[in-house]
Amino acid sequence: MAVEQHGAQAPALAGEHPARAGEQSRIHNIGYRSYDGPRLGRAYARRSLYSQSLRGAYGLGRSAKSKVLPMLLFAVMCVPAAIMVAVAVATQANDLPVKYTDYAVIMQAVISLYVASQAPQSVSRDLRFKTVPLYFSRPIETADYVRAKFAALTSALFVLTAVPLVVLYVGALLAELDFTDQTKGFAQGLVSVALLSLLFAGIGLVISAITPRRGFGIAAVIAVLTISYGAVSVVQAIADVQSSTGAVPWLGLFSPITLIDGVQTAFLGATSAFPGGHGPSSGQGVVYLLFVLGLIAGSYGLLMRRYRKVGL
Amino acid sequence: MIATESLSKRFPRVTALDRLSVDIGPGVTGLVGANGAGKSTLIKILLGLSPASEGRAEVLGLDVATKGGDIRERVGYMPEHDCLPPDVSATEFVVHMARMSGLPPTAARERTADTLRHVGLYEERYRPIGGYSTGMKQRVKLAQALVHDPQLVFLDEPTNGLDPVGRDEMLGLIRRIHTDFGISVLVTSHLLGELERTCDHVVVVDGGKLLRSSSTTDFTQSTATLAIEVTDSDEHPDGTRALREALHSRGVTVSEGSGLPGAGHVLLLTAQGEETYDLIRDVVADLGLGLVRMEQRRHHIAEVFQDNDEQTGTASAQDARKEAVGHGG
Repeated sequence: MAVEQHGAQAPALAGEHPARAGEQSRIHNIGYRSYDGPRLGRAYARRSLYSQSLRGAYGLGRSAKSKVLPMLLFAVMCVPAAIMVAVAVATQANDLPVKYTDYAVIMQAVISLYVASQAPQSVSRDLRFKTVPLYFSRPIETADYVRAKFAALTSALFVLTAVPLVVLYVGALLAELDFTDQTKGFAQGLVSVALLSLLFAGIGLVISAITPRRGFGIAAVIAVLTISYGAVSVVQAIADVQSSTGAVPWLGLFSPITLIDGVQTAFLGATSAFPGGHGPSSGQGVVYLLFVLGLIAGSYGLLMRRYRKVGL
Repeated sequence: MIATESLSKRFPRVTALDRLSVDIGPGVTGLVGANGAGKSTLIKILLGLSPASEGRAEVLGLDVATKGGDIRERVGYMPEHDCLPPDVSATEFVVHMARMSGLPPTAARERTADTLRHVGLYEERYRPIGGYSTGMKQRVKLAQALVHDPQLVFLDEPTNGLDPVGRDEMLGLIRRIHTDFGISVLVTSHLLGELERTCDHVVVVDGGKLLRSSSTTDFTQSTATLAIEVTDSDEHPDGTRALREALHSRGVTVSEGSGLPGAGHVLLLTAQGEETYDLIRDVVADLGLGLVRMEQRRHHIAEVFQDNDEQTGTASAQDARKEAVGHGG
């Protein structure tokens, strides 16, 4: 106790002496204190990494500069929903201008941008600055790291895509639209964006984990998400014009957002955004669902493989 | 603290560790070896991150093959390479690492503040790490290895890239980790001279094999070699020679420091005790020469190789010796 009191006086003395001398006398007075408290182990470390990564995905706990883009994209996601709600309430419309399931498909460019900016941030930094070995010199193992990062980005994407749906839903209730209809649509929308979050997070992380260069990661994620969508849409449109409409649903298997579109058209009562509205049938929908689940599981497997190699 | 038993690690092309058996007790232990001698591989195995091809190892009485997680909870690790993100402050980074070691949030913050102060980081700990000097970065790396109050820390080349002053400070800090904090240390280096000053025990490995494991006093006993350099004067145009002759006449055997920097100007002799220092002082004063330096020549890693490897690699050991001396010790 006496030692600590002495230490507390040192800063007061430092006012007269040069600051350095004050600080040094503090070191000697306090001495080293060992830690006897609890050590919460692997599961706690994994949760901490999850929450740190989730906060990081919105720039929380990072520099002001890194908050700009995720917050801006978040706002861009929410504003149209708010406007639609305002219009619906003001005009006393019978229904919302868009379905819950359509919203993410309409806003997919924003979602892609978000994945492209935050997935590399989440994993490339640790690779580039070689922080990964520090994690693995602690109780957590490869699987813990991968799961924490995967879960964090999925949650961040879910927040990004589900909050606008909440805005729509609350607005719909305020506009006194049919409660059962709206709740059902809202629930379908949530399932759809949950699947979308898992799929996009998986793809984004796998691409970013390949490269320690953040810029390259961003470009690669954008390329994979948007170019694949562009290509698929163009080919689908051509197929539609040439009236080989049977090919349209199969083509949708080749880009992430059309996959989600297909799954929700088949199972979640969505209206397909495919050219001519030729969404997949229920049978094709099963293929879509298997594709999505396979991609999610595949991303997880690839990430595990990648990090098993990184080690120290 | 650490015990290995014919521990081997083979990669497709190289054998990193070759039947290494060593027993390391509490205190500060130096692990010395040239680059590629297997030091980092050994640390990886001891942390339970890389399985050994053969043999077994225990850290703190826990088997590395099965209890890796438990070991890593009680052990700290400071890597050789850079591992710090530049865009966060030292405080944020170390708090995060403390939580990764399982410390609850409040404890993590308290321990971070304490540890950063102990390694000598003050106000700058709130600034992003990107703006730190090499010395400050090394301190942050050390702090993250100590923040969870481990029983043992592995420090991989902690003095790498530091200037002489930073090097001395780091060595002092390493000493304090044991004496003040009560944490045992395994520190690697390719410079034996550096570790002699800090370690209780030194383990020398080369090519994955154990060359020598002994307490530091054993080393120092065999290394009481003095290097002396003097100026020339009008009376003695070749001061070195004059001194050599004068010492010789008093029965002290002197050899030229051939192969050392400044060869021809440096005299080497074996100190018998305090008297030798006095004798040299008096002789130099009598001759009216200026004493440029009188220092203890430290054993360098290459000399240990020479002792063990006299016949085979003399030439290469000579090269290595020059290099090691060039690094100072």
